[in-house]
Amino acid sequence: MDLTTKYMGLQLKNPIVPSASPLSQSVDSVKAMENAGAAAVVVYSLFEEQITHESGELDHYLSYGSESYAEATSYFPEPEQFHLTPYQYLDHIADLKKAVKIPIIGSINGVSNGGWVKYAKSIEDAGADALELNLYYIATNPNITGSEIENMYVDTLQAVKSNVKIPVSVKLSPFFTSMSNIARRLDNAGADSLVLFNRFYQPDFDLEKLEVVPNLVLSSNWEMRLPLRWISILYSNVKCSLAATSGIHNHEDIIKVMMAGGDIAMVCSELLKNGIPRITEMLKGLEDWMRENEYNSIDLMKGSMSQKSVAEPAAFERANYMKTLQSYKILA
Amino acid sequence: MERRKITIDGNEAAAHVAYRVSEVVAIYPITPSSPMGELSDAWSSQKTKNIWGTVPSVTEMQSEGGAAGAVHGSLQSGALTTTFTASQGLLLMIPNMYKIAGELTPAVFHVTARSLAAQGLSIFGDHSDVMATRQTGFGLLCSNSVQEVMDTAMISHKASLESRIPFVHFFDGFRTSHEVMKIEELTDADVRSMIDEESVKNFRARALTPDRPFIRGTAQNPDVYFQGRETVNKFYDACPDIVQNAMDKFAEVTGRKYNLFDYYGAPDATRVIVLMGSGAEAAEEAVDYLTEKLGEKVAIVKVRLFRPFSTKHLLKALPKSVEKIAVLDRTKEPGSIGEPLYMDVVTSISEAFANGETQFDKMPKIFGGRYGLSSKEFTPSMVKAVFDNLKQDKPKNHFTIGIYDDVTFTSLDFDLDFTTETEDVKRCLFYGLGADGTVGANKNSIKIIGEETENFAQGYFVYDSKKSGSTTVSHLRFGKKPIRSTYLIQKAQFVGCHQFNLLEKFDVLENIINGGTFLLNSPYHQEEVWEKLPKKVQQQIIDKKLEFYAIDGNTVALNTGMGARVNTIMQTCFFAISGVLPKDEAIEQIKKSIKKTYGAKGDEVVRKNFEAVDQTLVNLFKINVPETATSSIEIPPLVSDKAPDYVKDVLAKMMEGKGDFVPVSQMPIDGTFPSGTTKWEKRNIALEIPVWDSEICIQCNKCTMVCPHAAIRVKVYGKSELENAPATFKWMEAKGREFPENSVYTIQVAAEDCTGCELCFEVCPAKNKKEVRLKALNMAPQIPLREQEKANYDFFLNLPEFDRTKANLTTVKGSQLLEPLFEYSGACSGCGETPYVKLVSQLFGDRTIVANATGCSSIYGGNLPTTPWSLNKEGRGPAWSNSLFEDNAEFGMGMRLSIDKQTEFAKELIVTLKNEIGEALVDSLLTADQTTEVGIYEQRVRVADLKKKIGSLKTPDAEKLMELADYLVKKSVWIMGGDGWAYDIGYGGLDHVMASGKNVNILVLDTEVYSNTGGQMSKSTAFGAVAKFAAAGKTTGKKDLGMMAMIYGNVYVAKVAMGANDAHTIKAFLEAEAYDGPSLIIAYSHCIAHGINMAKGLEHQKLAVESGHWPLFRYNPDNLLEGKNPLKLDSKEPKIKLQDYIYSETRYKMLTKSHPEAAKELLKLAQEDVLKRWKMYEQMASFDFSDKKEETTN
Repeated sequence: MDLTTKYMGLQLKNPIVPSASPLSQSVDSVKAMENAGAAAVVVYSLFEEQITHESGELDHYLSYGSESYAEATSYFPEPEQFHLTPYQYLDHIADLKKAVKIPIIGSINGVSNGGWVKYAKSIEDAGADALELNLYYIATNPNITGSEIENMYVDTLQAVKSNVKIPVSVKLSPFFTSMSNIARRLDNAGADSLVLFNRFYQPDFDLEKLEVVPNLVLSSNWEMRLPLRWISILYSNVKCSLAATSGIHNHEDIIKVMMAGGDIAMVCSELLKNGIPRITEMLKGLEDWMRENEYNSIDLMKGSMSQKSVAEPAAFERANYMKTLQSYKILA
Repeated sequence: MERRKITIDGNEAAAHVAYRVSEVVAIYPITPSSPMGELSDAWSSQKTKNIWGTVPSVTEMQSEGGAAGAVHGSLQSGALTTTFTASQGLLLMIPNMYKIAGELTPAVFHVTARSLAAQGLSIFGDHSDVMATRQTGFGLLCSNSVQEVMDTAMISHKASLESRIPFVHFFDGFRTSHEVMKIEELTDADVRSMIDEESVKNFRARALTPDRPFIRGTAQNPDVYFQGRETVNKFYDACPDIVQNAMDKFAEVTGRKYNLFDYYGAPDATRVIVLMGSGAEAAEEAVDYLTEKLGEKVAIVKVRLFRPFSTKHLLKALPKSVEKIAVLDRTKEPGSIGEPLYMDVVTSISEAFANGETQFDKMPKIFGGRYGLSSKEFTPSMVKAVFDNLKQDKPKNHFTIGIYDDVTFTSLDFDLDFTTETEDVKRCLFYGLGADGTVGANKNSIKIIGEETENFAQGYFVYDSKKSGSTTVSHLRFGKKPIRSTYLIQKAQFVGCHQFNLLEKFDVLENIINGGTFLLNSPYHQEEVWEKLPKKVQQQIIDKKLEFYAIDGNTVALNTGMGARVNTIMQTCFFAISGVLPKDEAIEQIKKSIKKTYGAKGDEVVRKNFEAVDQTLVNLFKINVPETATSSIEIPPLVSDKAPDYVKDVLAKMMEGKGDFVPVSQMPIDGTFPSGTTKWEKRNIALEIPVWDSEICIQCNKCTMVCPHAAIRVKVYGKSELENAPATFKWMEAKGREFPENSVYTIQVAAEDCTGCELCFEVCPAKNKKEVRLKALNMAPQIPLREQEKANYDFFLNLPEFDRTKANLTTVKGSQLLEPLFEYSGACSGCGETPYVKLVSQLFGDRTIVANATGCSSIYGGNLPTTPWSLNKEGRGPAWSNSLFEDNAEFGMGMRLSIDKQTEFAKELIVTLKNEIGEALVDSLLTADQTTEVGIYEQRVRVADLKKKIGSLKTPDAEKLMELADYLVKKSVWIMGGDGWAYDIGYGGLDHVMASGKNVNILVLDTEVYSNTGGQMSKSTAFGAVAKFAAAGKTTGKKDLGMMAMIYGNVYVAKVAMGANDAHTIKAFLEAEAYDGPSLIIAYSHCIAHGINMAKGLEHQKLAVESGHWPLFRYNPDNLLEGKNPLKLDSKEPKIKLQDYIYSETRYKMLTKSHPEAAKELLKLAQEDVLKRWKMYEQMASFDFSDKKEETTN
């Protein structure tokens, strides 16, 4: 049975790729993921804020209060060098490359076309096989238009692409007025893959303290419907690879992604919740299902239920919404 | 090999050599020597090798006494060993110095010569400390400048090895130790060529080793001790020539020639000054002027080798023509015939003259004088005055120079306008704040000028005495000739004022020359700058025809992400205007220096600084100066008219930076100053102050409790008091049944005293339901509120205080109604220590006596000009004193012994005078219950009664009782200090005092690091924390002082953290004070040395407790009397991981960036340690003591 899949030019042994998460912070757990059958691993993200703020923060607190009082002209020893997060990240990529054979995909999370973009090149130099660009922007400024934000995304991608030779994927949020259009623009700008979709961690309120608090909720299975829909729609509209992320918890989800037209299915919450060995179980489930249903390769199912391939293309559009409502009424 | 020209300070110059010729370095931090140890530690942790190819081992000890002991042991065991110290530290080394010298052990102690604590402590420079060691047998070699420090360090190590005489190599604290100067660096090859390997081999051969055993350090008896003492004579006799040979060898290697006594000036001088130290540089400058410009026959002798004193070499240095000699000592020996150098010169010359061994036809007349104590300025004008004195027929002997002595009239007059400064030396003055990075930028500038141009360069930096909002003045000189001006700039060609509001605090243009350049950082647009200047400043600019430049540096800083730091911006302006370097080259050099300074901290910081440089150039403007001053802005008076005369006449001068003009008559004779003077120093340093929203306030009083500066206060008072309230004065109905009807409540901020730390805002629990970001206190800009709140605060202060006897002291709310008697200190903004100190002053202040260990708390508690310990309307308040660093527990215990004795005596006297006083009153005085405020109040009434009754009696007993009657009212002794004192240097005494059972209250303000001297590791520093001497993270756990104290069983012990549980803190303080025995409170004090946002300090305290790092507990031995476990754990078991606490602080987090692997390992150990300790406490708290009681009663 042929489980291989091609993703951004990388030949992967199967479509299961753990997405960026704390699981990739240790070499041992990446090794465990490889042993469990992961085809590649996206390493946790290097955040733009870490790059820009860490340096400033370190400088601020190490020099705060210095040269103010004759007895204490400084408060800390000055190490000759600091292993700042970007460099620790690069070392980690290099360590992972040494430790495992599967492709290692670096990840940068940011939005501006600033100095941090140069770290894309450093990640490539550290040995990463590909790079995932996680463009995460909350549009809170009412003066910035949707087009401006989209241009920012495209510019950042182009800046990164012009710096590196390795494939670059773009991880997007679903919040675009015209998803197809931005997907096409990024595709044209050289994206090697689109990763759909980023889950924004939505803050919560602490009613006792009247404070906004971060709240990490792992994904649920139903959340994969959104990427599923958009992969189906985009499958025939873009040249680049497509990856699904969010809500993929079992082999059936993976099969659905493939049928929608995805090249890989990214898993995260499932592994955080139930452990790395779930990869092996999902792979087995995938193989069993393919055997039972007489699919001898992933290629065979790829895109088989994409918008262009299904009997009812409208199912992915507004008509599908109507249908859902009607079915709800009936059930009620 | 060509030697590098480097721009460094004196400390680095000494350490550079000492490190290279040592194998072991044992130190203890003390200002101003600390940087030598810190640099050695940094080099050692970077694996820098000495000249023999091994990395010296650097160890921080628990005291200088300990360091000297370790040095002695290391030397005896054959390792080349050095140490660095100053002042009180050197005094603590004296016992070992006798031993080291007595055993003829080569070693060099590098000493930044500093004043000794006498009528007051001083961190600044003079020779009092080294002069106290002149009898130990150590050689004393002195350096006068930064270059000489490096050179003499080398000479002293060589000479010591070859002579077997140990040496103190000393140079002037701050003036030389902290002066940044361009010098030529000795290479490792130079150092190697200076060291005689044979002498090293011989040294090692004399070491103690079981392989060739012998004993050294015997006890000797009357029969032989004396003879033994005389055995060393020949070594001392030989020593001067050995030193001279070392100097000659040094000249061969480097070309720089020194002599034991260096003569400088007219070859046929008739008047000569003999002196040593940095003052000799200024004197040389004066001699040049006097000989070249005025043709005077004057000269100086620079004494380099003071011990062993060589008459032969001194005489050799002096020409036959000398008629009069003035010997200047930078120390004072009260009661002596003269100071040490004077005495030696008199003795040596007169002895030689009597023996006919001099070149003189007539015995020269020798006069002694004192100068420069505690870094008092010593200028060419003063040198001239000394020479002029010698011109007199009857010159003044035992004179002073540099002060105005209007009491015993010792001082010589000198001309304030006389200067030897020449146009070929560029002189620049910069006024800034500590927080704006001015000093750092100037240090960079002087390095650029020194190392990237042909110029010689010198930088010296003056800091003020406050830790928050402190101002700095940088003095930069550069020019084509070597700079010898070891005094502050008197006339500057360039003045930079980096903060607009300093124009009101200092006369920044007082010392600028006519036609000079003035650069101002102004918050105003270039068109507005002129009109916003005070009138006096406008007039100065016009009168002196200054070139005036301005930049809105703060906006540039803000726009380029530099925050409050205008350092790079103002540095760029300086280079752009001053023309030291061509503009492009200057910019390139600034950027190079930025990369060097910030590169390790990441690209972003470098990028921001680069951007700041670029933005500066387009925002710097030359301002057109009109012909007349038009401003109506007058500089306000420094202190209020209402201030007492002493404040106006004396302290105000110090505040203004004119303390040099305070005459002797205005200084207290014994170091006694009035309490409560900070209230007269309105510093206005807060950018924002809290504004009270009474609609939201729940009257919890947490804000006042946490305020480090007592700048936000509450009062509950009768509504009728509001009659004349200012229109903007706020109040609300007082909530609580404990208050009488018609009581109202006010929270009032002292706008001019607040530092804007935000702790009150952060702690405020009351949120505005309509907009949750708002609380009952919200920060708002100070300037628009200043005048209004000033009036409100004046009104507030005049409202009646809440009656102490009616306040519920056990609650935060009740305790905070008490008047703080510790206010507006100079502590850091957001200080974590002072809220505890203030709490003591509130709860017990009117009957408290404080013994304060040297450290942060003695500095913010007692540094002039103004001090924060204050008094109430009845004239009572905490009596405060600082003895030393190491003896504070004993000092406090002495206070207790004294008070107890006087109380006992008073009780004896009232019994004796029973008939006159009346039995009832005597009985009630003797049996009074003083455990409550009511009880204390009633006892005060009784004492007043007693005084009335005996006041008219003229018997000796009655008169004696009048002196002592107040001791019948309970006195509370508080012994305070930091962890450096309690865990390290003072621990022996602390332990003894705890064991004594005496009723003292010990408050340890635990910042887990030496805060005052700049962040050195103490035994309180925790696993994995980075500190100086623990650059790779501390590898051992925090000493559990609380546990150690509990083991005694009779000590009340509490560990508190106000930010985690304020009510617990109050409970512990009350219990500790009530306990009739020793009490120890260990208080978590967040600190600037933790690398945190100080506004969030309380949050850090909370995390420390929640992680289990700082368990809250109270151990009350009184509980045993009731059969209860004395230990009560008051915090819950750890609920967050240790890393969630420690990695919120730079002191821990930086290790993950500097030593990531070590950080992981230490985190693991630290977490295990926390859990282990918690289990131990938990177990101890769970013991059942009920049976024990039965057993003992049975």
